[in-house]
Amino acid sequence: MDYIKIAQIIAFTIALICGVGFFIGNVKKLMRNIKLGHDVDVSDNKSERWRNMTMIALGQSKMVKRPIAGFLHIVVYVGFIIINIEVLEIIIDGLFGTHRIFSSIGSLYGVLIGSFEILAVLVLVSVIVFWIRRNIIKIKRFWKSEMTAWPKNDANYILYFEMVLMTLFLVMNATDIPFQNMDSGNVISQFIAPWFSSLPESTLHIIERSAWWLHILGILVFLNYLYYSKHLHILLAFPNTYYGSVKPKGQFNNLEAVTNEVKMMMDPNVDPFAAPPEGAENVAPAKFGASDVQDLNWVQLLNAYTCTECGRCTSECPANLTGKKLSPRKIMMDTRDRLEEVGKNIDANNGEFKDDGKQLLDDYISREELWACTSCNACVEACPVSIDPLSIILDMRRYLVMEQSAAPVELNNMMTNIENNGAPWPYNQMDRLNWKNE
Amino acid sequence: MSEQLKVPTMAEFMAEGKKPEVLFWVGCAGSFDDRAKKITKAFVNLLSKANVEFAVLGTEESCTGDPAKRAGNEFLFQMQAVTNIEVLNAYEVTKIVTTCPHCFNTLKNEYPELGGNYEVLHHTQFLKSLLNDGRLTIEGGQFKGKRITFHDPCYLGRANNVYEAPRDLIKKLDAELVEMKSCKSRGLCCGAGGAQMFKEPEKGNQDINVERTEQALVTKPEIIAAGCPFCNTMMTDGIKAKEKEASVQVMDIAELIANAEDL
Repeated sequence: MDYIKIAQIIAFTIALICGVGFFIGNVKKLMRNIKLGHDVDVSDNKSERWRNMTMIALGQSKMVKRPIAGFLHIVVYVGFIIINIEVLEIIIDGLFGTHRIFSSIGSLYGVLIGSFEILAVLVLVSVIVFWIRRNIIKIKRFWKSEMTAWPKNDANYILYFEMVLMTLFLVMNATDIPFQNMDSGNVISQFIAPWFSSLPESTLHIIERSAWWLHILGILVFLNYLYYSKHLHILLAFPNTYYGSVKPKGQFNNLEAVTNEVKMMMDPNVDPFAAPPEGAENVAPAKFGASDVQDLNWVQLLNAYTCTECGRCTSECPANLTGKKLSPRKIMMDTRDRLEEVGKNIDANNGEFKDDGKQLLDDYISREELWACTSCNACVEACPVSIDPLSIILDMRRYLVMEQSAAPVELNNMMTNIENNGAPWPYNQMDRLNWKNE
Repeated sequence: MSEQLKVPTMAEFMAEGKKPEVLFWVGCAGSFDDRAKKITKAFVNLLSKANVEFAVLGTEESCTGDPAKRAGNEFLFQMQAVTNIEVLNAYEVTKIVTTCPHCFNTLKNEYPELGGNYEVLHHTQFLKSLLNDGRLTIEGGQFKGKRITFHDPCYLGRANNVYEAPRDLIKKLDAELVEMKSCKSRGLCCGAGGAQMFKEPEKGNQDINVERTEQALVTKPEIIAAGCPFCNTMMTDGIKAKEKEASVQVMDIAELIANAEDL
């Protein structure tokens, strides 16, 4: 083996280890941040959860509710998964200094590469259409107020990444002389090869090698870009659809801490003067509802990392449609941004969160947004990856009402009425059957 | 109404040592709101016509706690829930029907964990089952050929996946059911849910009920059918805002059927 080859193998191995190692580090940080949320039991309904994941994430069942975007997305998604078989070959070639190791399987190889090439073109076209939808047609949901500079750039960077990767794959095949000579599987690249035909063989080889290297390095960079990007959904959509709610959408959770209090109040045998159990004085009472990310549960935090900011939720939200400040997508983006901030705070303070005087409520999500929600579940229904913005809105309302008594005054009237006369309006409970005689 | 409605209470049934087939949970709107009371009466008429042995809780009924819960007051919700469950369990209630999707959702989904386990039906589901069992017949009558669009209540549709029962009933009227562009799982909220009914909306450029009414008017309906007293109020207000009171009516499914039957 010549030295150049050995040097290449070493360089490749180092790149692979760095790329994968850095990614593992990010995944660990991601998991630590998600676990900042409190625990929630999701061990129920296993078969239904698997079915949800299979249908919604793997089968893209909710994506196709919007046929154009859904179809294009399936092309990119299928392309992404299938072309990854090619990445496997690249990795083996890189580690062992071989060239197109799978080509030894014979004619099937041509079929495989041929389908990859077709998919690569389809992905390229789809991604270009996506870019046009965002930047030329300017579809409304991509231009809402929460889509500030970074979310917009992030979306475009992802599209550019995919365009470049697909182009590199096709160029790599087109400039691979032995592969072109095989004349099997070069269904697309045979039409690109003539563009390079005037170049000497050695230059072609350099282009082929460069494309090969840039392709795999690009993939490793992209892998590590995920953690910083909305694109995390390509991984998290799977756990998120698994852990997503399996209850009817109208069913909001009953707070257990409240149930205990209420049961105690209703129990005539309870001793109101009973001393608290040993050691209980030191335990801070649980907070009702959520004012910061640590008060949410870990599935809600996983939701925030899974959100890819497509804005289907916001485009179906009755409050947003009628010009109110509330945008369910912003609720998810804010939750993630705050969670990231808390995570960085923990990193900077040796694993301990140091109070930074900020919280999710008010510093990120305003009360005006929270009170504009009609709890209609349109956002939950619209989400293609089972994110539940409504549960976060509700938990934050709970904090406002039960910890701060900060409900809008009309709602306080409504609640006082329920408390006093069992109806949201000031009518006497004894008059409840009067309609019979009217 | 000329003759007085026969509306027995659970207490009366118990005094006779009997149990009704079903408890009719009237709800706060159905008890106190002038418009919703008409829906309540229409439904009672249908129950009587189908010879259903039903009872109400009457003065023993109290708010399910739904608006308190959606507003964030879990404490008040659970106080209401536990009190109601004590009453319901004391009467050994097993089956509940209600004309309010909010009561329906809360009783059906949020009470079991707190000790209240009942079979809970929305009135459109119950009417459909009466129809299937041959206990109730519907003639098209005055609604034959009329254009009716159905506004899905969020807490019936999306929240509990009940889309067909109300539509099946409308079709039985020989009416022309026309769907809005956003319907069923994509139906737009009327704007009343999540305790919004009881407060002014936040600043925006349009009221949600007007937006939804505009969507309904696109279908050129003669009647907007609703299945929720709150949606009914919101859509009626929307029709007023669009000055269409003369040509478009907002009616509950129970009223449609009762009117068709001349009840």
